[in-house]
Amino acid sequence: MSRFRRLGETGRAPIRLTIDGAEVWALAGDTLMVALLANTAALRDSEFDAGRRAGFCLMAACQDCWVWTEEGERLRACSTEAADGMRIVTRGTAWRIDAS
Amino acid sequence: MADRRVVVVGAGPAGTRAAERLAAAGLRPVVIDEAALNGGQIYRRQPAGFTRPAEALYGFEAGRARAVHGAFEALSGLIEHRPQTLVWHIYDGALHLLCGTKAERLPYDALILATGATDRIMPVRGWTLPGVYSLGGSQIALKAQACAIGAEVVFMGSGPLLYLVAYQYAKAGATVAAVLDTSPFSASVKALPALATRPAMLAKGIYYTARLALRGVAVHRGITPVAIEGDDGVAAVVWRDAAGRERRTACDAVGLGYGLRSETQLADLARCDFAFDPIARQYLPVTDQDGRTSTPGVYLAGDGARIQGADAAELAGRLAACAALRDLGHSVPAAEFASLRAALAPMAQFREGLDTAFPWPAHFAAGFADSDVVCRCECITAGDLREVALEKGAPELNRAKALSRVGMGRCQGRMCGPAAAEVLADALGVPVEQVGRLRGQGPVKPLPIATEIVG
Ligand SMILES: Cc1cc2nc3c(=O)[nH]c(=O)nc-3n(C[C@H](O)[C@H](O)[C@H](O)COP(=O)(O)OP(=O)(O)OC[C@H]3O[C@@H](n4cnc5c(N)ncnc54)[C@H](O)[C@@H]3O)c2cc1C
Repeated sequence: MSRFRRLGETGRAPIRLTIDGAEVWALAGDTLMVALLANTAALRDSEFDAGRRAGFCLMAACQDCWVWTEEGERLRACSTEAADGMRIVTRGTAWRIDAS
Repeated sequence: MADRRVVVVGAGPAGTRAAERLAAAGLRPVVIDEAALNGGQIYRRQPAGFTRPAEALYGFEAGRARAVHGAFEALSGLIEHRPQTLVWHIYDGALHLLCGTKAERLPYDALILATGATDRIMPVRGWTLPGVYSLGGSQIALKAQACAIGAEVVFMGSGPLLYLVAYQYAKAGATVAAVLDTSPFSASVKALPALATRPAMLAKGIYYTARLALRGVAVHRGITPVAIEGDDGVAAVVWRDAAGRERRTACDAVGLGYGLRSETQLADLARCDFAFDPIARQYLPVTDQDGRTSTPGVYLAGDGARIQGADAAELAGRLAACAALRDLGHSVPAAEFASLRAALAPMAQFREGLDTAFPWPAHFAAGFADSDVVCRCECITAGDLREVALEKGAPELNRAKALSRVGMGRCQGRMCGPAAAEVLADALGVPVEQVGRLRGQGPVKPLPIATEIVG
């Protein structure tokens, strides 16, 4: 299930990413947040309750859109450009301790 | 004099005009912005490869957007632009920067902070569900990425941006399920005389509202939010109408916001004095009419000083640059100061009108259930805050922060700060100014674990 809806600008070149191991398509020029939320419903688990999170401010202020690469690098999805071949993890990361 | 380093933080309308004025005086300012592209918030640019014309992105403001972007481009070679660079601390006359994973120290002789604003948020039960975004964030999705935050969107809160973003969404082809404004219609009537000081702005507001009506978008005023509902994402907004009836609007996304709050953390780190501003209900850095702060060599301009909108930001940016130039020993014509000050004067009155028309609903804080989440970073509830106020004796925000961790999480109080102050003030039964303000602390945003110091 996707969360964001594209309303235009869909003529851009396609790029390919994986989310939790599954391959998805996005568009060159997407932020990582858009590339992910055009394909899936959330970005990460909340550390403090049972909920999932999908970002909030989109302007690099709230830090609620952190995701992880398979290698364990933390990325702020709203201010990172999506790139072909990115491999992103949105669930139960082993690196959560570092998150504070 | 040629060696003096003047640094401008922020490449929005205020920072652009400041840099332009400094360059015109023969200086080569450093312009730092965390964003990849210049433009700031209102004139935020879409990435390369996007094709929508300025009219589609900025509407009535297309001409101004082009002018501000053009002014910045004309500075190429005359300024040192450092995009994608965060100022994360200010200490001892130097900025601490982060670009990628590289950290660096940059001393300055004069500093103009044009750091803009973020949404002012009043939480509502369910606001941490996936699908709830800030109102400004909803606009960024559309403006910078041509996306809507969902298939059926409710815009809830208050302020002129509520109507503007709803209009922009509807025009771009999104489904707007409702506009839910907490301000009563009577407040707009009361604000009319002040709003009429800028007739063109008032006319735009009326235009957006009329267009929404024409498109059949339901607009409700004087509402009270009850909850955002859903299991693993937004499914509906529950609210009470002006007559007190409970209603439910199905949707899969909510854009939430109540005007803007100035981004003042850097001014705090630069040790500027603050004072309570009763209109903004926020502690703001104290400046003279030209943007000088209490810290010599540090100036403020634009929304980061006080929320007055983009046109005022351009004027204030230029004025702050004039003040910095004069203080550095450059001659600046008195007439330039006079005309900029005169042009800024009506902006303040209009701003007061907006706050009258769309008041911050401070009283909602008293209505939160103890289990309602105030801090979304660490799920700190209204009950947690009331407990530190009443049982642990926290008399002000920084004590409440130490005891409850409110404002200590990854957003450093940007999202919860204004509401946390209201909850605390309500619990203690004191005016909100008495609970003080969260002190800014470096780093203002979390640094990557792999940060490498290069200078
Ligand atoms: C999301 C959003 C949308 C808006 N949309 C509209 C609109 O459509 N119409 C309207 O009339 N008004 C709008 N406004 C109001 C708008 O803020 C002002 O009109 C105008 O953009 C203010 O200009 P400014 O130069 O003061 O700040 P901004 O344009 O906000 O620019 C500030 C810049 O400073 C940078 N910055 C901040 N802190 C740091 C740091 N620590 N390190 C490095 N860089 C930093 C930011 O990245 C940003 O680019 C909006 C505001 C927001 C927040």
